[in-house]
Amino acid sequence: MLEVLNISAGYGDRSVLKDVSFGVPDRSITALIGANGAGKTTLIKVLNSSLSPDSGAVTLKGSPLSTLSRRQIARRVAVVAQENETRFPISVLEFVLAGRFAHGSAFGWESSEDITAAETALEICELSEMSGRLMNELSGGERQRVILARALATEADLLLLDEPTANLDLSHQAMMFRLVSERTKGCGGSAVVITHDLNLASEFADQILILNKGEVAACGRPEAVLTEDLIRSVFHVDVILDKNPRTGNVRVTTMYAE
Amino acid sequence: MKALGRSAGKNKALVYGTGFVVLLVATILIGAALGAEAVSPFEPGESGSAILYEIRLPRVLLGACVGASLAVAGAGLQALLRNPLAEPYLLGVSNGAALGTMLAIILFGSFEFSRPVLAFAGAAAATFAVYQIARSRAGMNAERLILSGVIITTLLSSVIILLTTLLDATKLRSFTFWLLGDLSQATVNGFWICLVSAIVGTILLCTQAKALNLMMVGERDALDFGVEVERTRLLVFAGAAGLVGIAVASSGSVGFVGLIVPHIIRLMVGSDNRLVVPFSALFGASFVVLADTAARTLIAPRELPVGAVTALIGCPLFIWLLRKN
Repeated sequence: MLEVLNISAGYGDRSVLKDVSFGVPDRSITALIGANGAGKTTLIKVLNSSLSPDSGAVTLKGSPLSTLSRRQIARRVAVVAQENETRFPISVLEFVLAGRFAHGSAFGWESSEDITAAETALEICELSEMSGRLMNELSGGERQRVILARALATEADLLLLDEPTANLDLSHQAMMFRLVSERTKGCGGSAVVITHDLNLASEFADQILILNKGEVAACGRPEAVLTEDLIRSVFHVDVILDKNPRTGNVRVTTMYAE
Repeated sequence: MKALGRSAGKNKALVYGTGFVVLLVATILIGAALGAEAVSPFEPGESGSAILYEIRLPRVLLGACVGASLAVAGAGLQALLRNPLAEPYLLGVSNGAALGTMLAIILFGSFEFSRPVLAFAGAAAATFAVYQIARSRAGMNAERLILSGVIITTLLSSVIILLTTLLDATKLRSFTFWLLGDLSQATVNGFWICLVSAIVGTILLCTQAKALNLMMVGERDALDFGVEVERTRLLVFAGAAGLVGIAVASSGSVGFVGLIVPHIIRLMVGSDNRLVVPFSALFGASFVVLADTAARTLIAPRELPVGAVTALIGCPLFIWLLRKN
């Protein structure tokens, strides 16, 4: 269980998050949505303690993050950040193995457990055949899947994903969410996913948190949170809501014309 | 390229490590044997002994330590700054050391131990200045850091040029030669100081190699996956400042070693810094010993500055690397 209590955070004098509180139960996915600049990425940084909040607390399974070392946090919280181009020739397997940094010694070689975890993560993400290829030879979508594999290799309780589907085609978007869903349901962990795709959020998330100008505008089950009025007030666009005929989940159609 | 598990990594380290050690021993023997007068390292004879033990071996061994120091500093800084083109000169570290050495020469003259001390102080001060200028409220990125390095390098170059006007004509020529990289003033004391610095600095950067594997992908990634980014950055900067400071005090500014050697090593063994850092030390040592041997023999009995030879080898290689990648 991740608990966020009255978090305020920012950069220097610039305040970004104001009094944000919510909880993420085990075996659940929370979709984090909001307009550009709403504070979503800042919140992700606070959730893995790479940015210290000005006030408030984050606890994971009862342990305040502020009392844990970076290595302890990295064993419990894994991040799938937006793609980061590397200028060095690094193989896919080397990249994924780097995700095991916090598990063994800070020096020396990886253990057989580390290798097994990395190979399993690559297999889950359908990347086993690419393990010897160099990262800078892959397409944007393939790299994004490798970044997910690195996070899965950590075997952390909490996954934080910052727009993980940005470079993915439709089938891999669905695969990404399916993998995250299987991981959270199967291993008892949880996930917080930043996405701009309200329909993906509605289909895969157990809970949606809408941030508006650094404050929580709404938090709850998708059908409770995704309302025409709220979406209009946050994103300044009109939408039509109906139900997906197959799954029965809320479906959002944006009205681009006047 | 295969990833490095415990056994695969150890095997690769053993095979390449053995090769690089053999290469280093061979280059040291070649360096000791060749010069204005050829001397057998195994049967030097009476007159050859004096040349071998008092002049040539200290110079060859100092060259090896300088090469190892500059190559390791380059490998560490490139990974830290996520920039394969970063090296001590670009970040002002070398010029800081050069200015420190110059002040030691002007203020303390022949007091030999003042040079490494002030060179290290100069390198550390330049590194600290670059580090402070590059910092901002939102943290520090590689681009900001390199830009700060360029500013400090330019400033220090201007001060060095101003100070050269204080030198008399004889000292000026000697200093100009030294600025281009010169091992001809090698002393036994200088060698021991540089050896200790090379060993300590290489070990320090080896301890940070696994963290650097994440740092070279991105500082955010490194932080997310458990690296104490600030500590790693400070340790690598301090190690690089020490390595470059002592090397420059001993031999002047031998350019391109910190840039070229890690590149060649990465082409051979991949980007894992647990291999790149120690192998850069071994290959960097061989590279400078060979370059200095060429500097002593190409136009014997006259000599070239070793820095000119490393630049002559390094520039075309660097252009080739740029085009290839």
